[in-house]
Amino acid sequence: MSKYKMHVLVCGGTGCHASESDQLLEDLKTIVTEKGLDSEVQVIATGCFGFCEKGPIVKIMPDNTFYTQVTPADAREIVDEHLIKGRKINRLLYVDPENQEHIADSKHMGFYKKQLRIALRNCGFIDPENIDEYISRDGYEALAKCLTEMTPQQVIDEMKKSGLRGRGGGGFSTGLKWEITSKSVSDVKYVVCNADEGDPGAFMDRSILEGDPHSVIEAMAICGYCIGSSIGLVYIRAEYPLAIDRLKTAIAQAREYGLLGNNVLDTGFSFDLELRYGAGAFVCGEETALIHSMEGLRGEPTVKPPFPSVSGYYGKPTNVNNVETFANVPVIINKGADWFASIGSENSKGTKVFALAGKINNVGLIEVPMGTTLREVIYEIGGGIKDGKKFKAVQTGGPSGGCLTEKHLDSPIDYDNLIAAGSMMGSGGMIVMDEDDCMVSIAKFYLDFTVEESCGKCAPCRIGNKRLYEILDKLTQGKGTREDIDSLRNLSYVIKDTALCGLGQTSPNPVLSTIENFWDEYLEHVDEKKCRSGQCKALLQYIIEPENCVGCTACARNCPVNAISGERKGVHIIDQATCIKCGACLEKCKFNAVFIK
Amino acid sequence: MGQVKSLADLRKIKEDLQGKMSLRENSNNPESLVQIRVAMATCGIASGAKQVMEFFIEEFDKRNIQAVVTQTGCMGYCFAEPTIEVTLPGQAPVVFGYVDTKKADDIIEKYVKNGELVDGIIPVNYETIEKK
Amino acid sequence: METIKLTIDNKVIEVAKGTTILKAAKGAGIHIPTLCYLHLHDLNIENKPAGCRICVVEVEGRRNLAPACVTDCAEGMVVNTHNIRVLNSRKTVLELILSDHPTDCLICAKNGNCELQTMAQEFGIRKLHYEGEQSTYREDTSPAIIRDIDKCIMCRRCEMMCNDVQTVGVLSAVNRGFMSVVAPAFERNLDHSECTYCGQCVAVCPTGALTEVDHTNAVIRALADPSKTVVVQTAPAVRVALGEEFGLEAGTIVTGKLAAALRRLGFNFVFDTDFAADLTIMEEGTELLDRLTRHLNGDKDVPLPILTSCCPGWVNFFEHQFPEMMDIPSTARSPQQMFGAIAKTYFAEKIGIKREDMVVVSIMPCLAKKFECQRDEFSTNGNPDVDFSISTRELAHLIKQSNINFNELPEEDFDHPMGESTGAAVIFGTTGGVIEAAVRTAYEVQTGKKLLKVDFEELRGMEYIRQATIDFDGLPINIGIAHGLGNARKLLQDIKDGKSKFHAIEIMACPGGCIGGGGQPLHHGDSSIIKARQKAIYLEDAGKTIRKSHENPYIVKLYEEFLGKPMSEKAHHLLHTHYFDKSNETVIE
Repeated sequence: MSKYKMHVLVCGGTGCHASESDQLLEDLKTIVTEKGLDSEVQVIATGCFGFCEKGPIVKIMPDNTFYTQVTPADAREIVDEHLIKGRKINRLLYVDPENQEHIADSKHMGFYKKQLRIALRNCGFIDPENIDEYISRDGYEALAKCLTEMTPQQVIDEMKKSGLRGRGGGGFSTGLKWEITSKSVSDVKYVVCNADEGDPGAFMDRSILEGDPHSVIEAMAICGYCIGSSIGLVYIRAEYPLAIDRLKTAIAQAREYGLLGNNVLDTGFSFDLELRYGAGAFVCGEETALIHSMEGLRGEPTVKPPFPSVSGYYGKPTNVNNVETFANVPVIINKGADWFASIGSENSKGTKVFALAGKINNVGLIEVPMGTTLREVIYEIGGGIKDGKKFKAVQTGGPSGGCLTEKHLDSPIDYDNLIAAGSMMGSGGMIVMDEDDCMVSIAKFYLDFTVEESCGKCAPCRIGNKRLYEILDKLTQGKGTREDIDSLRNLSYVIKDTALCGLGQTSPNPVLSTIENFWDEYLEHVDEKKCRSGQCKALLQYIIEPENCVGCTACARNCPVNAISGERKGVHIIDQATCIKCGACLEKCKFNAVFIK
Repeated sequence: MGQVKSLADLRKIKEDLQGKMSLRENSNNPESLVQIRVAMATCGIASGAKQVMEFFIEEFDKRNIQAVVTQTGCMGYCFAEPTIEVTLPGQAPVVFGYVDTKKADDIIEKYVKNGELVDGIIPVNYETIEKK
Repeated sequence: METIKLTIDNKVIEVAKGTTILKAAKGAGIHIPTLCYLHLHDLNIENKPAGCRICVVEVEGRRNLAPACVTDCAEGMVVNTHNIRVLNSRKTVLELILSDHPTDCLICAKNGNCELQTMAQEFGIRKLHYEGEQSTYREDTSPAIIRDIDKCIMCRRCEMMCNDVQTVGVLSAVNRGFMSVVAPAFERNLDHSECTYCGQCVAVCPTGALTEVDHTNAVIRALADPSKTVVVQTAPAVRVALGEEFGLEAGTIVTGKLAAALRRLGFNFVFDTDFAADLTIMEEGTELLDRLTRHLNGDKDVPLPILTSCCPGWVNFFEHQFPEMMDIPSTARSPQQMFGAIAKTYFAEKIGIKREDMVVVSIMPCLAKKFECQRDEFSTNGNPDVDFSISTRELAHLIKQSNINFNELPEEDFDHPMGESTGAAVIFGTTGGVIEAAVRTAYEVQTGKKLLKVDFEELRGMEYIRQATIDFDGLPINIGIAHGLGNARKLLQDIKDGKSKFHAIEIMACPGGCIGGGGQPLHHGDSSIIKARQKAIYLEDAGKTIRKSHENPYIVKLYEEFLGKPMSEKAHHLLHTHYFDKSNETVIE
């Protein structure tokens, strides 16, 4: 085998892919070959590095150089300068937002410093389309160990001991779920991987499947061994074509190696995987809805119990786990439950992947130990708020979660603390808001999502969320009353109390948490018809400052509804009743006389 | 590649790949490993730096020493090419000049393995025998 | 049996393991309101999507409220069915449902008979606290059923009936969230679907979302037209159900009052579909014996079993779903159509009027009959054999509109000749009745012997699939019976797979047969009503002096005077039909 002196890792995640990283990869390969370096330099595509804000990412090993926002045009320079002459290209290095220093080694980047990558261990490190690279990172050793050295119950006990809880949002003990399914008596059982990632902005499952598909395959086989199943199904949304391709390639490779199929590792255990495509309905992330969708029925939840562990896919016991949950499994078996349990907080063990988004400098995918504080995540890893604005809130748990504020910044993130604070872990979406965000509008945004994604089966979710949305809309239009806030509250509590599935039971959370934490903003919208962040257009007032107005008439001439009156060379006035808030006057005024109140 | 039939088979695959992947693995925490940087500018290459670098990579592998070999630009000691910088875990870097494969062998056997300094250290910015 | 103790509203009760809170409460005399839930106990039909969330109750220790219809009781459970949290939630949810529902109750077809309206009244809803946009859809009118889906509350009862019970598979939920609604695939119209018009969706719809096409005004116009002779026929199942619309107990037989009411409405001739039922037995029974004899004589081109063909929902079903088996059902027309054909020929001649001057109206427990009488093959030169088919419910409206005090009416008889019928015809109204009637005649015709006992108890009951072997004097005849199209499908599949051992099979589309038809007074989930109607049918049969179709003197006379003999050329022309392959009619464009 030839020995490479250098490895060039090009991110092949969906985000970077969209920014021409595939072309970049091809160009790098071509130029390396052209220069006769192909026996010394290996150029490969990896999964997501997580630092999507600055993609496409190119990492050069062994000197750990981290290039950001690389374009195909940079390929030749990278080869000529870095690969041949060993000179790092300064302009492509990541710049520390605090001290403007160029950071050559990714280890010294704030983004990576606090991270601990377990589920993402191989993302951005191995070629996801090469099973050998996975094996070289202890891949399939956990499966081999389980099959040859452990009984199913021992594996389940190990999982229970590790304290791993479902990463899809529910937070149910994975080991316990496996145990319940293993105890259900049936001729056929199923292992289902829930890859129907639907929270707005969350993409950890996609990244894992794109960057390290074998970890999920291995874990599903281990689960199959534990519960007594020989069939695994991955329910993946059809909007994830790259993840589907990588998964298909990985399954084919695993079959070729005899790690899937009949008689795995010559142990008599058989397990194989099939893919099932979802059409991207948010509610299909709910496990009973997911199962109905796989059965070819309308993606609608049914009441639990019976839980899928007892009666799931076609009435057979079915163990449903999320992608990230599975990705943790092989590491737990390899390194031991004690090691895993030593990471994290009291009741939440291990790490959690979060998708950082919103008004934050380092948008991307991060993995931190449970118990890391929001402050660490937002300020150290996330690099703080964009454009030096003031932090206002962070929304966790997607549309089912709530908005947390300044006062929650130092509380450690884990399942229980987030619930105590009025939000939830969810699948790990984390959207940061700054002073420019209107919290009533934020609540409205999430309700808009829920209204769209409700399956329509139960009345409180189908109609109640629509009414919540309508009331919030009324508030942002400046037509709200105090009674409307009472209505919001009552309706929210009733929906939580009566909705059929998790979607409806949590959909009012953004409303309740914003009312709780931003009561004064709600009151302003209702009592003063004011939106402090200026997001609610209907509540804005364009005003002419008499001292600055010279009476040039530019504003009046450009007003499309003739709302501005005033004599030439005299002070002009905007008639608020006529004004449609188009902003033309503000744009045309050369004397800074028009301002927004 | 045939079917994997046992844990041993898996480990065999893993071992076979070790050489290939160790480069990436090791670069994650080079501080704990021997790091060698070979000056690979025009002057270095002209003086045989490429062969020296390959020699290090192969020999570390053969002698089972965990090390990271990287290339770097011109160190400025063009008079003494090929030059290399060796950093042992927890120690300050040392630069050697006029490194050919024979010298390289010496460096591995004496400095890397036993911490004994050998001839050819370039003293300018770095620790010297005298200082020690 | 394992039992569980729990407390509901401070009452300690003991129930079998697996009992839901709803049933446990009912057993303890506690009424928990339900809306989407439907349980036709005697027919083993249960709808519990837990979608309306009206039946929520508080279970102590549980985070949210529990839907009583699907939550099983657990040991030591403490349930509160009407504390303020529960009442507020229930009322809010109902207000939400009403906020997305038209408020045209006064002019709604279901006014006074709507479960949602009743519930709003019981809950004392006086104001909707949550008003907003309403979901609107286009109305869909088919030959038999109107879908006014603005009024759909997503209870999914129709969907359950259409898919689980009937396996027709036309109705299912489409769209998402606020716009979700139950509709045929791609929101096509019903008449572009495989709908059989069995009307079971209408029979269970709690609101005015699904109703029959109303022909009462057309009937009133015909009655008012002096140039028309209006003839009415009334199906067997109507006489045991109509009384319910006038406050009478389910199972009350109102045959005499029915005839009196029809006469007062102004019909010129008040006849009985039962007459045509006797005629059907003559034709169908003869066909059965003919096919049976030829088959047993070794003619393998003659298929067995023979299937009954009186039920238009069933005919629609096999035309759509089993077109390759169209040679198996009897070619005999349904009684409604036989009646129409004879009325507009034989009877019209008899009273000396042209068929164009005669209007035939049928009173049916059925909605598929509306479609059937509009089929092209049942008209001559564009003039249909049966002009209008109205349901039992429509007749009740007609009687009420016409200021007739139904309960005070005297008992009257049907007119002659087409009002005379036998007990065999009456039992056409229930599952098992058609085949029992056929056996009564076929036995005597085949064996030449007199039946000692005309009651074939082995063919009766409410079980979905029944079978019996009748000894035809040494020749064992295997009879199968299925009601509900899903059960019919099972028997058909067996025939298709060559596994069927039956010589004759009776099929009725509606659970219970015509007594449970889509045009009957609404049972609102009480299946004991259907049972009571069945009991009344057999009572009516037992009270008849003549109980075998071939002994009906007017039928005998009809053959003598007009038709010749069963399956004669004339009979074939007027009383038999053929079927159409409709499997391609619903191909996706």
